[in-house]
Amino acid sequence: MMQSLRPDLAIIADNIATGSRILDIGCGDGALMSALRDQKQVDARGIEIDSANVSAAVAKGLSVVQGDADRDLYEYPDNSFDYAILSQTLQTTHRPDIVVENLLRIGRYAFVSFPNFAHWRVRLSLSFGGRMPVTRLIPEKWYDTPNIHHVTIDDFRAIVRERNWVQEKQWFLSGDTQTSRSGANLLAEHAVFLLRQ
Amino acid sequence: MHFVMNDDERYGLDKKARLLGPLKLDSGGEFAPIEFAYETYGKLNADKSNAILVCHALTGDQYAASQHPISGKDGWWSNVIGANKPVDPAYDFIICINVIGSCLGSSGPASINPSTDAPYGMDFPVITVADMVRAQAILLDHLGVESLAAVIGGSMGGMQVLSWAAQFPNRVRSAVVIASAARQSAQNIAFHEVGRQSIMADLRWKKGSYYDGDAPTSGLAVARMAAHITYLSEAGLTQKFGRRLQDRDEKSFGFDADFQIESYLRHQGISFVDRFDANSYLYITRAMDYFDLADDYGGILANAFQNTKTRFCVISFDSDWLYPTSESRRIVHAINAAGGNVSFVEIKSDFGHDSFLLSAPEMNQIISGFLKAGE
Repeated sequence: MMQSLRPDLAIIADNIATGSRILDIGCGDGALMSALRDQKQVDARGIEIDSANVSAAVAKGLSVVQGDADRDLYEYPDNSFDYAILSQTLQTTHRPDIVVENLLRIGRYAFVSFPNFAHWRVRLSLSFGGRMPVTRLIPEKWYDTPNIHHVTIDDFRAIVRERNWVQEKQWFLSGDTQTSRSGANLLAEHAVFLLRQ
Repeated sequence: MHFVMNDDERYGLDKKARLLGPLKLDSGGEFAPIEFAYETYGKLNADKSNAILVCHALTGDQYAASQHPISGKDGWWSNVIGANKPVDPAYDFIICINVIGSCLGSSGPASINPSTDAPYGMDFPVITVADMVRAQAILLDHLGVESLAAVIGGSMGGMQVLSWAAQFPNRVRSAVVIASAARQSAQNIAFHEVGRQSIMADLRWKKGSYYDGDAPTSGLAVARMAAHITYLSEAGLTQKFGRRLQDRDEKSFGFDADFQIESYLRHQGISFVDRFDANSYLYITRAMDYFDLADDYGGILANAFQNTKTRFCVISFDSDWLYPTSESRRIVHAINAAGGNVSFVEIKSDFGHDSFLLSAPEMNQIISGFLKAGE
């Protein structure tokens, strides 16, 4: 496994073919991109909304464009990447469905990772606390969260079926370790899906 | 500043070259011979792989990192070029060429027309940004520089960078386009027209034939004052001057420069005329106004970057309303649509278009990281 990457990013990195072309949407300061560039000779490009993150990534020598997943994916041609990656960003977009459609148009494969809003801790917090959940993976309060479209693993599975997206693989994380797919909607804090066109 | 120099006498500070060309012009016809004024810093390495061309803006010149001979000021891009700066003469061979049409030594309206032995004046051909770039390519051939590790510039310099990448994709490995655009906007053409009309309304302009008498300095100064406002931002002006009065405690109830900002602008206008030729101002603003990179590519900007192998870095400043971020995004969009390799950052700054000339640590880090990754 790729060392020192966030667990969901490590899963993505482990499952990307050496020498491929990737577009990392919401790439932050480029941690995944630089790991893939250095360890898998990947031609990596990124999109990131925060200018300080973009500056940090470009200063590291990465090719990153300051932009927005909702607005700027249209400019990328069809099939221009082997993998389009959207890690922990889906729930922050205005139209997650359109964003994923764009991922599958731009990349032959798409990785999508997101925090699971149906995790038992979240359910407990809402059911018994009666308050919007604040957890390790969803740390912001309801009023300042960038997460405007909370999604559960079962929600995501449903849209995959409805839209006829092809699901290649799925991984689930609890804490920082992988967990089984059975009961994932209740037990997994975090999901990673690999889709293809 | 101390620079390592090559023995080759084509290289060094304050160089001149007169080349036969000919330079093919967008307006039709050819221009020859071509005079070049340029400087180089650093040493061209054995495999000639470390050359960086720096392109200057409208009123810039070849003195990018050395003292200006007229104003005595440091080079206009001393913040970016120098020891331990993003472009470093210890490693890079840096070339900066006065654009044709200008007045610091390269062919322009003030140059002597060999067929009349008098200054060209308005007989100088109307040139374009693409013409400037083709002229630079002729000089680089003369300097023995085939391939450029990078072409880098802000404002009109950025237009040249784009034109370089489009016209000579195989000669440009990395391109840095700062505070610029792939086309001149209507608003920018409008400001330029105000400046040109100011020059031409000065009775001393005499249809450009003023070289044997007084130059139209009043017109040129006003043109510079108007333009200078566009290089700043309201926030920057407020921060620097506010409504503060100049050397007085009370309003004069007259038309002296009561306000600091008036005094500052007058100073900008007056000092500009000492170092710049009014006709050059007409020609170069015209070249910028005519610039629309997509024109030569069927109106589709992305076609200018088709199959490009050049790496691009595009930088804008959020307070720059002359070449706003939207223009930079348009460039980025086109490069992405062409499948090219581009980075883009909008940097926060209060200082408007001029930000790229000022000390901007974030810009320096970005340029530095981008250029290093291309080595």
